Amino acid sequence: MPEPRTRRVLVRDKRITLTHGAGGKATRDLVEALFLDAFGNDALAPLGDSAVVSLPPGRVAVTTDSYVVRPLAFPGGDIGELAVNGTVNDLAVAGARPLWLTAGFVLEEGLPIDELRAIVTSMASAAGHVGVAVAAGDTKVVERGKADGLYVTTAGVGVLEHDVVLGPERVHPGDRVVLSGTLADHGVAVLIARGDLRLEGDIQSDTAPVHELAAALLGLGEGLRWMRDPTRGGLATALNELAAQSGLAVRLREDALPIEPAVAAACEILGIDPLYVANEGKLVAVVAPDVAAEALARLRAHPLGAEAVEIGAVEPEPEGMVLLDTALGGSRIVDLLVGDPLPRIC
Amino acid sequence: MKYVDEYRDPALARSLAAEIASLVTPGEVVRVMEVCGGHTHAIYRHGLEELLPPEVELVHGPGCPVCVIPMGRVDDAIAIAETEGVTLATFGDMLRVPGGSGSLLQAQARGADVRMVYSPLDALELARREPDRHVCFFAIGFETTAPATAITLLRARAQELSNFSVFCNHVLIEPPLRAILETPGLRVDAFIGPGHVSSVIGSDAYRFIPEEYGRPVVVSAFEPIDLLQSIAMLLRQRIDGRCEVENQYTRVVRPEGNPRALAAIAETMEPREDFEWRGLGVLPASALRLREPFAAFDAERLFALPGARIEDPKACRCGEVLTGQIKPWECGVFGTACTPERPLGTCMVSSEGACAAYFSYGRLRRPREEAGVGA
Amino acid sequence: MCLGVPAQIVEVADREGGLATVDVSGVRRAVNVALVDEPDAPIEPGDWVLVHVGFALARIDEEEARETLELLRRGAELERELEEMRKGTVR
Repeated sequence: MPEPRTRRVLVRDKRITLTHGAGGKATRDLVEALFLDAFGNDALAPLGDSAVVSLPPGRVAVTTDSYVVRPLAFPGGDIGELAVNGTVNDLAVAGARPLWLTAGFVLEEGLPIDELRAIVTSMASAAGHVGVAVAAGDTKVVERGKADGLYVTTAGVGVLEHDVVLGPERVHPGDRVVLSGTLADHGVAVLIARGDLRLEGDIQSDTAPVHELAAALLGLGEGLRWMRDPTRGGLATALNELAAQSGLAVRLREDALPIEPAVAAACEILGIDPLYVANEGKLVAVVAPDVAAEALARLRAHPLGAEAVEIGAVEPEPEGMVLLDTALGGSRIVDLLVGDPLPRIC
Repeated sequence: MKYVDEYRDPALARSLAAEIASLVTPGEVVRVMEVCGGHTHAIYRHGLEELLPPEVELVHGPGCPVCVIPMGRVDDAIAIAETEGVTLATFGDMLRVPGGSGSLLQAQARGADVRMVYSPLDALELARREPDRHVCFFAIGFETTAPATAITLLRARAQELSNFSVFCNHVLIEPPLRAILETPGLRVDAFIGPGHVSSVIGSDAYRFIPEEYGRPVVVSAFEPIDLLQSIAMLLRQRIDGRCEVENQYTRVVRPEGNPRALAAIAETMEPREDFEWRGLGVLPASALRLREPFAAFDAERLFALPGARIEDPKACRCGEVLTGQIKPWECGVFGTACTPERPLGTCMVSSEGACAAYFSYGRLRRPREEAGVGA
Repeated sequence: MCLGVPAQIVEVADREGGLATVDVSGVRRAVNVALVDEPDAPIEPGDWVLVHVGFALARIDEEEARETLELLRRGAELERELEEMRKGTVR
């Protein structure tokens, strides 16, 4: 077996060109100089067509996601960190310990390589922080104008090392709904960062891995019924899906919903309801009433759960609906999102 | 948020609700129309109806500029957007509104250049930044929004921009109010006057309602405490035997309105002979068009628009909903053929429309005596 | 009908061009003040305005706002006392 090349590979190009996508030397140099260097782990190192790994015992969770956020970097994070955390979170709320990720890149011709390097670096640090390995990857290049800079598609594999069954079928009337922190931070941060609404504000995306929060709640055993990370479509969408799938109702208390003042202000200005805006570092869970206090204590013991609160409860009816008791003492339906939560003027 | 949170105080709301309950006569229903879609939205957002006694019944009015725009005008906007080299700048509200053959979002998917803007000035900025494209701003809204378009036109002229135009659909509040007041079988006893329109036209502009039609008006701000206070003021008028225009939104609205805003409108726009309103038919002098000196910025002169007139679907009874003659759930297609996703009639088009607000926020609360349509 | 948000003027960048910056709980935006800036009553940082589609549409009268709230709070006070009397807790 010849000694593998150990020379430091350098990429001198300033921008991605179509040759980087051709699979030849330019592709290999790019992969070695950027991806392998950042993601360096045994599974990825051989750069074979597949990573070969051995699965620990226990049920396995598999997920996939794609990331097309614009701009690529925004206050609080970038598309790379978002891709890792989002995939980790999908595994975590299924009750799995995240083990491996894969990342497929679609790069637009002309993308500055420094931008790509920064994104790959933040992906690597996010993966390192969680302790998952990016075991396989792929890179394709498309002509200028055919992609918005860069898209990332991920897959994630995790193992369930407990026998707690999670899902809407486990939810009962009387169960409590707990939320790990403030709403709408990511969606508003990106909307402002995009710039076309010409708003400014120190609002950060909340992108973060919630695997430790999920693990803490798994410690509740049977008392834990259901978990989700309320990303696209916001908390309202996650809870409407729960209500529909469980055939029960979820009643929220408006005065319990945590929202940062600046985020609430941006939503008021744009006429958007924060319940429908994306979060990228939050966990919502349904727990049995007798473990609700402990669930909150476990969440609050973690920095990402410091502002965890109970926001409502599950009720037998009206079937499949989400309701909100308003701070004023009235109530309203929190309906499924119709269309996109677009800023409105009236 | 200052000037917002103070007017959402639950304790004040409870005491106002108690006061309102003490001002009604058991069994005697008072029908109050809130004209403005923003009020309709606030009422549902805060769940206000549940704080009101059954004797106070809210009727949702025509004051939503998105809902009342005829489908033919949406088709005209789509025709502009699909013109080679043209960018149509529009508020987010109009993107999903269906015209005769689909919405602006669908046109965008087919390749039309449609961009969402928060302000008409952003549309002007777009034109300045992209001189090789023509930017047309889809202007909608009552007298609240017309001054913003007017100032934008004045700046476009001052900057001698040749690649900017306005497709003007600004509408006026008085004609639809008269149309509703003159509807036989009208079941409205009092009016909550729009807040932000009144900051421009002034609370005096509604004097014709008590004077000619014998119904009291209270101009209200948009927070729940404001709305509850306005309802209490209306009920007190009835008890005192008064019938006049009162201003609850004193922190913003003046009797004479905003002279600078009115001047800006008058300089750039003039009333049209008539204009079609969804649910209310064709109303004389009920909308604005650009005046002659601004012809160079008038999309209706620059583009050959289809100008088709598209009937409301037969099954649609929005006109009766808008005049309080029927409730949303009494319309045969409510919640079935007509839903927020596939709105048939004007009241279902925007989240502020009477039927959409009821479907999305309130459809669970059936009045005690009437059986509801399927939830 | 028309979304309006109370905001505080924090800077008048270009009075001639009608350009100012407003703040709402930390969120800022450039707005046009041509509709509220008067030669004899110029708009100044610290003033509160109602913002709609990127324009200051009207000034907010702080005095009127305080009076309305004061009136409401006194009314609420009165209501609570009446309530207690009705329940007979006040001897």
